Amino acid sequence: MALYTHEVPGGAAWSTPVKAGRLVTLTALGDDANCSVLLVGADRVDRMNIPDTLKAQMSARILPPMVLMSDRGLALASVVASTLDWHDCLGGFGHDAHLARFGASSYQADRNAWRRAARTGLVSELTKHGLGERDLHAPVNFFSRVAIGEDGSSLAFVPGHARAGDTVTLRTEQDLLLVLSTALHPMSAADLPAGVRVDVELAPAVGTDDASYTFRAESARALEMTRRAVA
Amino acid sequence: MTTLDSSPAIEAGPVLDATIGAGDGALVRVPAGGRLRIVDLFGNQAADTLLYDADDIDNRYSAFDTIREQQAVFLTTGSRLLSTRLDELAVITDDTVGRHDTIGGACAQESNVIRYGEHVRHQHACRQTFLAYGAAAGIGQRELGHNINFFMNVPVTPAGGLQFDDGLSAPGKYVELTASRDLLVLLSNCPQLNNPCNGWDPTPLQLQGWWS
Ligand SMILES: [Zn+2]
Repeated sequence: MALYTHEVPGGAAWSTPVKAGRLVTLTALGDDANCSVLLVGADRVDRMNIPDTLKAQMSARILPPMVLMSDRGLALASVVASTLDWHDCLGGFGHDAHLARFGASSYQADRNAWRRAARTGLVSELTKHGLGERDLHAPVNFFSRVAIGEDGSSLAFVPGHARAGDTVTLRTEQDLLLVLSTALHPMSAADLPAGVRVDVELAPAVGTDDASYTFRAESARALEMTRRAVA
Repeated sequence: MTTLDSSPAIEAGPVLDATIGAGDGALVRVPAGGRLRIVDLFGNQAADTLLYDADDIDNRYSAFDTIREQQAVFLTTGSRLLSTRLDELAVITDDTVGRHDTIGGACAQESNVIRYGEHVRHQHACRQTFLAYGAAAGIGQRELGHNINFFMNVPVTPAGGLQFDDGLSAPGKYVELTASRDLLVLLSNCPQLNNPCNGWDPTPLQLQGWWS
């Protein structure tokens, strides 16, 4: 059952609590969209931890049906569907330094079209919830891809990876704080950041035959630890 | 030609020379310009490391800012270790191993349970060590960012895979940092027993420092 929809314009930041058992679908509203996402658990301390998420599931990218895991070994959300099989988690969020190529921008000159970096927006949103700069962890950059070179070492942004209409859907496994920015990926050469639509709906109940649960023993254990934490 | 020795501190011997036992840790203050060498005494021993601006611990090492700006996944000589504000905290100025991981994170009791099962819950883990040695500097759970794993080998593939491989390190190999500002270096000599990152047998590390 659809609960609500919110459109985040390109280059903006947003945060919202999302209860457990919701499907959160992000939809790219333009080509080369990027959505840098941080998740914080129900206690508002336990952050999404990308290294732990990667090493538990032996992946250097985010794709269904991976489970996004926290500092304290809990499942925060499961990636249940996506039109893309690669969402970047190595490139971090953009800084003011990455906007230098556009020249100066300010509210006074540009009103609400002024350019702000992902980091600025993420810190602002974290701060609204009593968190802040010290809570910055690596984000997932949904819709972006950073290719890993043949030598397994070099990193290069892949332009044109996401097209308008691409989607990714997360299922919340506990009450979360969702923090996101639609600023450009820091390695992108695109000119304008695209917006992202957020659709929130009730998730159907799932059992141990769920794809994220059966994906790997590690994914199942993270989901089980969350089940215990909210029991 | 000059009669001045370009590295008198090295010739004078280290001002810090300490052994960190298996599973132990350290919090070391390194002044700007100081050199800190971590020696893998017995080979294949992960040295989980976090860096903080000594004047402001919120300005701390950022693994993902560091690898993005150098456009390479691994750390080695020449790698500029950046903070979450993109400040250069240190530079790797010497490395006899060749590459070090910074995307694999530190082991924790909770992540060990996820990876290996409930039976490892009460084994010692790096994040316990970070919290124990960090407390004196006000470094708690929220101040723990994503760390460096010196001497650890975590290859990533063009297909987006990741694996934990046997280390490239060997007895006596070392890595050396030069501090770009006054730093706090928080170190855990990894006690992980469940994967090859410590060669299945955690061993001591040596820390040497040169500064005035
Ligand atoms: Zn460890």
